[in-house]
Amino acid sequence: MRNANTAGWLAAAPALAFTLVFFILPFAGMVLLSLTAKDADGWTLANYQQFFSNRSYWLGLKNSLEITAIVTLVSIVLAYPFAWILAHVVPERWQRLALLLAILPFWTSYVVRSYSWLLVLAEKGVINDLIQGLGLADAPIQMANTRFATITGFVHFFVMLLTLTIYANLKQLSPNYAKAAADLGASPFRTFWHVILPLTLPGIMVGAFLTFVLAIGDYITPQILGGNNELVLPQVIMMQIGRRGDFPLSSALAIILMLVITLAYVACARWLKLERV
Amino acid sequence: MNALAAVGSLTMRYGPTAALDDVSLTIAAGSYTVLLGPSGSGKTTLLSILGGFLQPTSGSVTIKGEDCTMMPPARRPTATVFQDYALFPHMTVGDNVGFGLRMRGVERSARDEKARAMLATVGLPDAFARKPHQLSGGQRQRVALARALVVEPQLLLLDEPLGALDLKLRRQMQDELKSLQQRVGTAFVHVTHDQEEAMALADHIVVMNKGRIEDQGPPQRVYANPRTAFAASFMGESTLIPVASPVAVKLKAKGQVALRPEHIEIVSAGGNLGPAKIEGIVYQGSFIRIQARSLDDLALVFAIRTGTELAVAIGDTVNLAVAPRHVMELGG
Amino acid sequence: MRKAAAIAYAALLYGFIFLPVAMLILFSFQGSQVPVPPFNGPSLKWYQAILSDSRLTVALLNSIAVAILSSLVAVVLGFLAAWGFARFSLKWPGFWKAVITLPLTVSYLIIGMGLLIFFNGLGLPKSLFALGIAHVVINMPLCFAIILSQMTANQANIERAARDLGARDWQVLVLITAPMLWPALFASFFLAVTFSWDEFIMAFLLTRFDTTLPVEIWNLLKGGLSPRTNAVGALVFAVSVILAIVFELVAFRKRNT
Repeated sequence: MRNANTAGWLAAAPALAFTLVFFILPFAGMVLLSLTAKDADGWTLANYQQFFSNRSYWLGLKNSLEITAIVTLVSIVLAYPFAWILAHVVPERWQRLALLLAILPFWTSYVVRSYSWLLVLAEKGVINDLIQGLGLADAPIQMANTRFATITGFVHFFVMLLTLTIYANLKQLSPNYAKAAADLGASPFRTFWHVILPLTLPGIMVGAFLTFVLAIGDYITPQILGGNNELVLPQVIMMQIGRRGDFPLSSALAIILMLVITLAYVACARWLKLERV
Repeated sequence: MNALAAVGSLTMRYGPTAALDDVSLTIAAGSYTVLLGPSGSGKTTLLSILGGFLQPTSGSVTIKGEDCTMMPPARRPTATVFQDYALFPHMTVGDNVGFGLRMRGVERSARDEKARAMLATVGLPDAFARKPHQLSGGQRQRVALARALVVEPQLLLLDEPLGALDLKLRRQMQDELKSLQQRVGTAFVHVTHDQEEAMALADHIVVMNKGRIEDQGPPQRVYANPRTAFAASFMGESTLIPVASPVAVKLKAKGQVALRPEHIEIVSAGGNLGPAKIEGIVYQGSFIRIQARSLDDLALVFAIRTGTELAVAIGDTVNLAVAPRHVMELGG
Repeated sequence: MRKAAAIAYAALLYGFIFLPVAMLILFSFQGSQVPVPPFNGPSLKWYQAILSDSRLTVALLNSIAVAILSSLVAVVLGFLAAWGFARFSLKWPGFWKAVITLPLTVSYLIIGMGLLIFFNGLGLPKSLFALGIAHVVINMPLCFAIILSQMTANQANIERAARDLGARDWQVLVLITAPMLWPALFASFFLAVTFSWDEFIMAFLLTRFDTTLPVEIWNLLKGGLSPRTNAVGALVFAVSVILAIVFELVAFRKRNT
């Protein structure tokens, strides 16, 4: 038996070694670096203290959390009915095509997708063109380089992602659940509220968690669409790397970002576990 | 007969194909009706129309004298036990059973009491607080029964209710279903493709094939004297003798006939089925199955069931006979 | 009535989803210098401009090379590890599997920073090779998870049958396991290529002069709105859509047989 297991260890070893060298070690290095200062020797908690004392870093985290929360909520509210329509109103034979279409722009380059919203929301873009053409406003409305633009760009991406996860969840439910509820006298609304929604909640939670993690760690969308008026934490981190070359401080900020994500992960995992029992 | 429900000239078309083709059926109060047929025979479609999950292309459904053809499931005096049970996994067993009462506005204490009573009736007095995934297949089946019965339907519809269970549990649940039905007195309509299950449960068997009813009646009659070749072969093994066969001429049959294997006898001489050569012998414990090719009609192979004491070998030529009262004359 | 509301809602969402892409494509054919109304075209001059721009074509080739090579490594490492854990009773499997899949829960930005600091410390310069390693870090756990989920007990019996007939471990792996898992291998490779192809932040951090397409597009953006960027974006979109359709067709055919 030992001989047989040697082959297993040999097979797993490259992946384990790779993860150790190029993920665990760098991460450990980052943790150590965050405990040093850029211009001084010795260990220090100064970077973390700076996070709590410097308003602009705090604000970055606050903006990140607010924007991510709004994006997650709006995306779920928009995507759920859409996924429902795809799963239950669209005829079966057209569903694959309808779904493929609904997530087609998902496959475009992420950078290009953010840029294309800039086209729509720009001062001279189509929306302002339309509003002024209809005489609804005299001067162009500022939409690009605002929180609204960041949220719109994010929602666009995550509506597609959530539509996919919620649709999959709806389809794997046996149609007999809804039939059984209707058979026992439930109205369509009560069937949805008491049976379908609770049964799709895990799918929503998983989608929401993905949205949260991907949105809060993203630099591209806030940078392209939000501009520099209101920085989120990844923008603050990139600024420390790019402009100031302050690796210790940016490491500390990155670790704080990771702690926030881990917290969300633990909360989500506990909820899913509780739900299952 | 005291008719509880009736379907008249039901037809259900999906494009050019007919899942049901002019089907009429009456269901007596307190009866146990089994819809028996292979997959694609239309039995599940018929059940879905009775339950209100499908609207027929044409025809009518009447329950207790009221036309229900277009009535939604919730308003019908029917309740369905689904093949996959469709127990709500996020609710406790008690909440599952109480769901129908909750939808009818029954308050919690009253519906919990009724749910407990019904769980006791189906033999699960202790399952109230558990979740469906903590139960075995047979227990889930009982919960599904309790959930459907607690709303006191006139007609309980069961869609292959034992299909997900293993053979031993199937036979046990079969007996329990029958006694449960006799205790509660509700009319059951049960869909299956297992003829043994059908024979064990039914007061009234409906044999279906290709969207039509082939035969219906008490199980003994349908087994012993089926109306069609399909019903004869689906109700159990049989040897079909076409009208043109020399053997049929010998039997003086007016049309196609069928013989059950246990009714064909091996006799020392003569015999109204003529001589046959044994081609296969299978020992099955309490009996032997023999396949023998007729020497009068080489296209005809008899299936015979006989006692183990008989000493025959492959290649032997034997004389076969059947009592005239066991010759099943088939119509159509 | 309810159906009409559903159709209206779906139309609205399709509109929202396709509005920016439609604008992107429309104004890539713009005749003038800015990709905003009024539209005066169609003109192909921006496409001519980008196709003759060697920086963009080099970046495109770099992207393809990094995507394919890093994905190959990711699939091979992930497959081997999945096989090791699925077919052998290794000690602490839960722990080791968690170690391998850990990078899935960490933002690209953080992994990229870690590697930047790590390579800096080792004195390694920024390069496409460094980026390739980063892409293996993010894609290998994904390949591992996908392939592991597709390894069933039934396949273990088939492998046992092959061993019983005299095949050695490596022969089982190459002749039996890999062909049996072809759909999972293909799917994980395709996903890895997609993620690598589209990945920006690591490429931004880990490469300098020789870089990938997303970073070049980013550099274009610094000049503000330009039909030139639209043309690049529209081309990338077209390629992605073709790839997605091919994947859909292959995967769909797989399921039918």
